[in-house]
Amino acid sequence: MKKYTYTEKKDTRSGFGAGLHEAGKKNENVVALCADLVGSLKMDAFIKDFPERFTQVGIAEANMIGIAAGMTIGGKIPFTGTFANFSTGRVYDQIRQSVAYSNKNVKICASHAGLTLGEDGATHQILEDIGLMKMLPGMVVINPCDYNQTKAATLAIAEYEGPVYLRFGRPVIPVFTDPDQKFEIGKAWMVNEGTDVTIIATGHMVWKAIEAGEKLAELGIDAEIINIHTIKPLDDEAILKSVKKTGCVVTCEEHNKFGGLGESVARLLTTELPTPQEFVATNDTFGESGTPDQLMAKYGLDAVNIVEAVQKVIGRKK
Amino acid sequence: MKHTIKELEDIASQIRRDIVRMVHGCQSGHPGGSLGCADFFTALYFEVLNHKKEFTMDGVGEDLFFLSNGHISPVWYSTLAHAGYFDKSELATFRKLDSRLQGHPTTHEHLPGIRIASGSLGQGMSVAIGAALTKRLNGDNSYVFTLHGDGELQEGQNWEAAMFAPFHEMDRLICSVDYNGQQIDGPTKKVLSLDSLQAKFEAFGWHVINTDGNDMQSIVEGLHYAKTLTGKGKPILNLMSTQMGAGVDYMMGSHKWHGTAPNDEQLATALAQLPETLGDY
Repeated sequence: MKKYTYTEKKDTRSGFGAGLHEAGKKNENVVALCADLVGSLKMDAFIKDFPERFTQVGIAEANMIGIAAGMTIGGKIPFTGTFANFSTGRVYDQIRQSVAYSNKNVKICASHAGLTLGEDGATHQILEDIGLMKMLPGMVVINPCDYNQTKAATLAIAEYEGPVYLRFGRPVIPVFTDPDQKFEIGKAWMVNEGTDVTIIATGHMVWKAIEAGEKLAELGIDAEIINIHTIKPLDDEAILKSVKKTGCVVTCEEHNKFGGLGESVARLLTTELPTPQEFVATNDTFGESGTPDQLMAKYGLDAVNIVEAVQKVIGRKK
Repeated sequence: MKHTIKELEDIASQIRRDIVRMVHGCQSGHPGGSLGCADFFTALYFEVLNHKKEFTMDGVGEDLFFLSNGHISPVWYSTLAHAGYFDKSELATFRKLDSRLQGHPTTHEHLPGIRIASGSLGQGMSVAIGAALTKRLNGDNSYVFTLHGDGELQEGQNWEAAMFAPFHEMDRLICSVDYNGQQIDGPTKKVLSLDSLQAKFEAFGWHVINTDGNDMQSIVEGLHYAKTLTGKGKPILNLMSTQMGAGVDYMMGSHKWHGTAPNDEQLATALAQLPETLGDY
């Protein structure tokens, strides 16, 4: 198992804030909008340096999405910012018609996704957003795994022409990816090469997959770990190549197993290479109040759950 | 004036013919609101809107128009064809398979003249605000026009947008309301009363003007006047009284022709009332 270390912990939303600021410096057409959550979205640096390119829309997310769609007409590249719940479910039809169907170059940037939002509870902890967004034709869906990857992804989507959903979170987690990485939309990152099982993880679950990989190594299981940061378009080639070698797969996501990354992988495998698969994900449930760590444990999203899933799926191999 | 009122009325008559023929041709679509707004579309595209001949999505240096109540697509398609955006023969494909003239307007099939999809109601004002913000950032002093149904204003997103535009002093935004008092399930007064739209928009900080949307003189003057109101920091709302079905006697003033196609006999009756002025498609 390749050794991953970290010297600091940061929130992925701060990676977004840093990326947005840098994208703003690189391209004067980058504009930002926020629905009364500037601090939570870490947009302060962008606003300080480019006040005329920032629009505060107030608590009116539907209007924000519509305005963002309109701003593309004339060449702007709008980044909208609010919590993941208010970025997707609340404005689904606005995104569907004014952004996705109209093919507008809007970047829907969503913080506080998943259980790790913590104490605010289920009203704010969306676990369905990946499913909602990946079903929209033409929508790119990205869920980066740490500060550096989120920053790199933010810069990459500024250069990509078309609608994008970028999902990130609130908790501080290890920063373990390369600060100078080149983010390629739709290209998986090989975290660790192995032969016994393929662990496919996205977002906050990638670090947990690394922790699980270390425990599995102690148990004599050689896990291949792949980071799928782009859930759509899915890197079919990387997944198939790995699964051909290992013969079984565990998918890990901080999302409902209905409609998430795991289902995308299952759809691919069932048509191309039927393979035993286990899901580490929430199971058709809402969240609740608690600390992020408590919630991840209660809902089965820890390294130990990945280890158990791996042991189970290896037992299902023919 | 680029045209006389009589010339504009002749264009509107042809557009009305196109509308009933298009809706009849596919036996679906929305003739009532389309007919009611034929004068508005004529005034806008042939007299008021500063638009370029070649369509570009970005529309830099020209006025933009967004149709929020996308179901009255027949009137827009006919207007765009006669304004030169595409050949009028394409009107025959309305609502048919593989057509660029979808039931509701869309950019998806790349029809020139359309910059956003609409159909699901209540989204157009926000989009227009966004386009106007970009024009402001780009130093482009062109105007952004919209049209909304009155029933459509029951959608909450409109009021988010209505609050935003005056706060940001968007005085190059000119929104018109097709104030015909009808919606699918009946008169707006019975379905969900809009009460005083004038008082509502004024309370939100808009400059409200009133026009007769089926009187060419009134609508042309109203839209020209709306442009002169720029510089006062207020978006402009054109409260435009119309008759649903205007120009076809048996369709007028009733919600029953909101989304119903005429049969052969009804088509003949309608066409007899609408002189062919520019040649049928």
